[in-house]
Amino acid sequence: MTTHSNQNRFAVLKPIDTTRRMSYDPMTLSRSLGSLPVWTPFAALAVAAIWPQIVYAQTATGVDPIGALWRWAPFLITKGFLFNILISFLCLLLGTLGGLAIGLGQISHVKPLRWLCWGITQLFRNSPWLVLLFIVMLALPFELTIFGNTFFFPAWIKAVIGLSLPIIANISEIVRGAVASVPTTQWEAAESLAMTRRQAMWRIILPQCFKRMIPPWMNWYAILTMATPLVSILGVEEVVNLTRQAIEAEDNLPELLAPFYGFVLILFFIYCYPIARLTLRLERRFAVKL
Amino acid sequence: MTANSTWTPDQPIVSIKNVQKSFGDFQVLKGIDMDIQKGEVICIIGPSGSGKSTLIRCINALNDIQGGSIKVEGQEVHDPDLDKLELRKKVGMVFQQYNLFPHKTVLQNIMMAPVLVLKENKAEVEERARSLVKKVRLGGKEDAYPGELSGGQQQRVAIARSLAMRPDIMLFDEVTAALDPETVKEVLVTIKDLAEDGMTCILVTHEMGFAREVADHIYFTDRGVIVEHGPPNTFFDSAKDERTKLFLSQIL
Repeated sequence: MTTHSNQNRFAVLKPIDTTRRMSYDPMTLSRSLGSLPVWTPFAALAVAAIWPQIVYAQTATGVDPIGALWRWAPFLITKGFLFNILISFLCLLLGTLGGLAIGLGQISHVKPLRWLCWGITQLFRNSPWLVLLFIVMLALPFELTIFGNTFFFPAWIKAVIGLSLPIIANISEIVRGAVASVPTTQWEAAESLAMTRRQAMWRIILPQCFKRMIPPWMNWYAILTMATPLVSILGVEEVVNLTRQAIEAEDNLPELLAPFYGFVLILFFIYCYPIARLTLRLERRFAVKL
Repeated sequence: MTANSTWTPDQPIVSIKNVQKSFGDFQVLKGIDMDIQKGEVICIIGPSGSGKSTLIRCINALNDIQGGSIKVEGQEVHDPDLDKLELRKKVGMVFQQYNLFPHKTVLQNIMMAPVLVLKENKAEVEERARSLVKKVRLGGKEDAYPGELSGGQQQRVAIARSLAMRPDIMLFDEVTAALDPETVKEVLVTIKDLAEDGMTCILVTHEMGFAREVADHIYFTDRGVIVEHGPPNTFFDSAKDERTKLFLSQIL
């Protein structure tokens, strides 16, 4: 037995370390969504069209789910889904600006700033999104007066802020990781040319990270878009909230639940699927070049 | 730069006294002394791990030191109040792996620091950059990206980039070590041109033939100390120390 365990000390006998943790893939969503075949959205549409007919055929009440969905679809898309898209854009804007600032803070040479930004990142990355949303909802006043100017915070603005927090934290990590991936020799080259740290960061390092940041950034946009229905819980009138109201307006018929919510599902799928495919394509293209 | 006023060009441009440097518990430099005059070409040779690269990286404060003193034009490099940027404007450096900026063209690589750091006029810098490209024999490659050039060409761009700052001293850190044998020569020729123009050059190198031909003074380092030094002919033909003899017999 002793001989046996001695043998195992030679690294060469164990080329594969089976105990090692699987490496973390930050692009799981885009990878699973984007690797679906291109006909998937069409198949989903077909199911969406046939499903209500099956439901219709099986019900004795004479409800017409297709007719109902047909009547409501334009309203659900223009007043609901487009609002979700607007929320997602605003969150991405806030998340990108905030994430860049906090991410650069994480690699600052000023220790307190670095710790603060690290703390913010960890806190918002590892908290349930819904809890963050509730905190922002309850912590922010409905209106705020600064220097005589009154700012109103309607629920949907608060929702945008709340939903931005985890995006800020995750983009902060993307920025930190991308900057760390540039070889330190680039810093040295910039330093030896008498550049300041700020000049080196903005002129030398960040331009080289930019391409590397785009795929994970887009991946987070897709995740964010799928998370926008969370704000319906806070009473914001986005697509899921309006769908529930539409079903109520149709006398709450249980036969309508699957077709209506299925329709919303397909809207999200059709929107996010091309983004995921583009993300994967860009990832492949940028992967080759350093 | 008030300390500068006491320095005159007849004094050593770089003066290194008893320099000590450690990485953690490992002492890399154990008391190095060196005086380099303006316009001199110095070659530092020695086995790998003997602290050669560490030493020249201390001269432009890329590495800090734990003891001793390094003065560049009379200015103490490891004075905590030193303006490192002012020092680096005077001391250019070329690296083994070229370290060009991959997202910038040849011309942009060369122009960047003078425009950004020295705040010089862009048109003047461009004119200077173009003549530097010709000087390192890369005319026509102005708009190429580093990835499109060979190692030797990239290294010559790196030299031009450093020269564009009009430094008083140039540091070369094993600049031919990563090159194919046939491109080594083109880089050495460029450095030789520089030396003939009167630039103060400090090179860490393994090119013994080049050292013999171009250097004014050779330093041989081993295990963190200078074992032997002297003018090239004395050094190569009548080395006194056993370690030097052993090294030269292995490498020549």
